[in-house]
Amino acid sequence: MNRATLLDPGRFLARKSFIELNARERSQSLLDDGTYRELLGPFDRLESPWLPMQGVVPQADDGLIVALGKIGGKDSVILAVEGQFQGGSAGEVSGAKMTAALDLAHEDARNGRPIQVVLLLETGGVRLQEANLGLEAIAEINSSLVTLRRHAAIVCVIAGMVGCFGGMSITASLCSYLIMTREARLGLNGPEVIEEMSGIDEFDAGDRQLIWSVTGGEQRHATGFADYLVEDDVEAIKQCIIEAFHRGVPSRNRSEQVEGYLRDLAAIDVSHQLESSEVRKLWSKRENR
Amino acid sequence: MEKFTLEYPASKAVRQRAHVGVVGSGDLEVLIEPSLDHKAHVTVMTSVDGFGKTWQLVLDRFFSRYHAAAAIEIHDFGATPGTVTLRLEQAAERSLS
Repeated sequence: MNRATLLDPGRFLARKSFIELNARERSQSLLDDGTYRELLGPFDRLESPWLPMQGVVPQADDGLIVALGKIGGKDSVILAVEGQFQGGSAGEVSGAKMTAALDLAHEDARNGRPIQVVLLLETGGVRLQEANLGLEAIAEINSSLVTLRRHAAIVCVIAGMVGCFGGMSITASLCSYLIMTREARLGLNGPEVIEEMSGIDEFDAGDRQLIWSVTGGEQRHATGFADYLVEDDVEAIKQCIIEAFHRGVPSRNRSEQVEGYLRDLAAIDVSHQLESSEVRKLWSKRENR
Repeated sequence: MEKFTLEYPASKAVRQRAHVGVVGSGDLEVLIEPSLDHKAHVTVMTSVDGFGKTWQLVLDRFFSRYHAAAAIEIHDFGATPGTVTLRLEQAAERSLS
């Protein structure tokens, strides 16, 4: 949506915010009416065994919703991370649910019954309370994703407001197509982590304008790291997902364009701090796909 | 973190199980299922210690109006009594509809 339509009060009020929905509601809102079916839902009580041991209240679905249904009439599975629970972090159980779903989608694709896979990521990455198990979970997710993406397109949506950081930012970047809103952020390290490690002069985690100018959806889209920039609206996001799947499996994934990125990185003048506008100019010269 | 259980008499059956809420800051998740006996059982797991008396009052009040034989599980992440009541009523409405 452009600026003019944003300023149209009728359009603005008719919007249904996606960001305001929790993970389960997001999944329901994207699937065609009456097709939603949840696998390993809260009543299966696949909770984290590690959180209560450390005095942390678990969630009955471990913060990962696996929803089957149809998007635009086609078989789909949505893997939605609940960003409000433990910062959407990946634990042993939530990670295993995601990996298992990706592996089943792979099996379906190989058996000639391809299923559209949508990832809704709102996550800070590994769940620190589960340490190595969380790290391993992300390694397994990424491994399964790379196997699957050769056979079927995988669409990732980062809507906000948690954003997508840590190991899960790698997951997002491995997907065939990435959709972001202006409110969303994508980065390997979150702002607080960078400030903590390198000092406030390097990155001020309290400076929202700075943060979004580096990791925000608009910048990520302008620099070619995200394929689509959409407004925070359920229908707009759903249409965007359908459009992305329509393009099919990319001939060459962004994460495979290693030489090109290395060449461009080597050419950057690092004698001064780049402004976000310069970064846009630099990366927009890249030929995508 | 604290965990405790409470029991209440019941006279109605739960029509269907229901799940509402998220274990996020200031919120809670409520799971309602039919209980196996003719009583209501509530298990509370809360991130905030020392509010047992408040929980008792909130639940006593809720069960003065809700009489279903339900097994209720609550995972609380610092919700206020008002939020707890609203979530319970939301779950109860779905379980009886």
